[in-house]
Amino acid sequence: MKHSRLPAIVTWLVMGFFYLPILVLVANSFNSSRYGGQWESTSLKWYIRLMGERDIWQALRNTLAVAVSATLASMVLGTSAAFALHRFVGSRLQKLHYGLIYMPLVIPEILMGLSLQLFFVSLNVELSLVTIGIAHVTFCLSFVTMTVLARLQDFDFSIVEAAQDLGAGWWTSLWRILIPMLAPGILAGGLLAFTLSIDDFVISFFVAGLGSTTLPIKIYSMIKYGSPPLINALSTILLTVTFVCVLGSHYLSNKGQKAA
Amino acid sequence: MKGQTRRRLSEWVATLPSFVWLLLLFLLPTLLVFAVTFRPADPYGGIGSGWTLASLLTLVNAHYPAIIWRTIWLSLVATTLCILLATPMGYYMARINPARRRLVLLLVILPFWTSFLVRIFAWKVLLHPEGFIKHLLMFLGLAGQDTSLLYTTQAVLLVMVYTELPFAILPIYAAAEKFDFRLIEAAQDLGATSLKAFVSTFLPGIRVGLMTAFLMVFIPSLGSYVIPDIVGGPTSEMIGNKIAQRTFVDRNLPNAAALSAVLALAVLVPMIAILTLRRKESPRDVLIEEGV
Repeated sequence: MKHSRLPAIVTWLVMGFFYLPILVLVANSFNSSRYGGQWESTSLKWYIRLMGERDIWQALRNTLAVAVSATLASMVLGTSAAFALHRFVGSRLQKLHYGLIYMPLVIPEILMGLSLQLFFVSLNVELSLVTIGIAHVTFCLSFVTMTVLARLQDFDFSIVEAAQDLGAGWWTSLWRILIPMLAPGILAGGLLAFTLSIDDFVISFFVAGLGSTTLPIKIYSMIKYGSPPLINALSTILLTVTFVCVLGSHYLSNKGQKAA
Repeated sequence: MKGQTRRRLSEWVATLPSFVWLLLLFLLPTLLVFAVTFRPADPYGGIGSGWTLASLLTLVNAHYPAIIWRTIWLSLVATTLCILLATPMGYYMARINPARRRLVLLLVILPFWTSFLVRIFAWKVLLHPEGFIKHLLMFLGLAGQDTSLLYTTQAVLLVMVYTELPFAILPIYAAAEKFDFRLIEAAQDLGATSLKAFVSTFLPGIRVGLMTAFLMVFIPSLGSYVIPDIVGGPTSEMIGNKIAQRTFVDRNLPNAAALSAVLALAVLVPMIAILTLRRKESPRDVLIEEGV
């Protein structure tokens, strides 16, 4: 059969389309010219200037505090949810539960952001890093659940039953069998939640208060009003961190699949 | 029955934390959007008491219908472009050897997880009057000194396609991977041309993937806010921009809620379709599995 070359051409052109802007951005972070139309000279001056931006470092600390807490909370809630969805599949409660977990995955972020702001304002809760954290748990939860649920599909529950026949209580089977065996899935879900949390702008922007600037909120205001080369340098650092996280998550995920 | 009771108990224990969390922090706030639509705004930027149709009436305000229409139209165009690019990619990815396929998949997924703002900003730099593309186009004689690439509807579309394309590629690829490519050969043996064989066997074969891709791109597109805000101009504003302006600029939460209610309804239609689809297949699982 004659193969058309078109699909291959489209695929590799799209790859170029995906990576060209990123490569230009990374290259520009080492360019001393402001907009990167011309290459002036290679320098690290934007990185050095970045070091002196105290706001950025404060925003980074805020982002990490939110991301770590939201990740841990959503790992606990999500693992428990995935367990329930898998173990009790088909019950009426789990159908409702699944709907609740699934909806946040498909709803536009701006809707979730505004609805949470209305919720906090109605309750007279002051917007702060805490409200951002709560909002992040809400969307991370669904992603962790789905990741762990995917791993549970190939989990053999007869191991747990065997342990229980041998006298293990549910606490022992939870800590000695279920959690260790699901660890790669839970960790992959956690890394995913962490990545989503440090990257979230729209929802955070809607539930942020004075003094609770996270890194994406800071980057947004820099894009709107600030200095482009500084964002290039910051973006390059962020891209490196995310690439490491994604590759790590990918590795853990595959390892989990092979182990199961 | 002791075992039965214990089973019910452990189901509730495992279900309640996430269930209650999402009930309180997802479902209740979403319903609140509809309720606040009928509340008056208070002068301090909060939500007043009593009920009014004022916010609902602002929706028929001269420029809102045009913006709602533009939002739907731009989302449809972006979705169509994504599917047009993703279909041949899914076909290609399903046919290549596993090692190369893993590489392509990883390359599709990587930008998907990198900072959303950074990717939009990258385009702002590229399209900037002093940026790379403008210089290239001027060098090729395709653009003049005063051609504006940034702050246009085309720029918004371009960046929407850029950020949402992976959401189209993954479900289409997932469907293509399960497709039996011998059907194409069979159609050709029976005398169909390559194109005819592609259209009459492959496209129907990946139907579910195409529908999922449509919804996965279309729904977030409807809620676009950051992209038109950063690379668009006044003539490319979408509902999301208006929601943000009502929230942060005029501080009129009931008006913002009314617009969000419209957005929620616009999303509900395709969402019901997605949930019906889910019964047949579970594309999101594939997306998440491949996505990590």
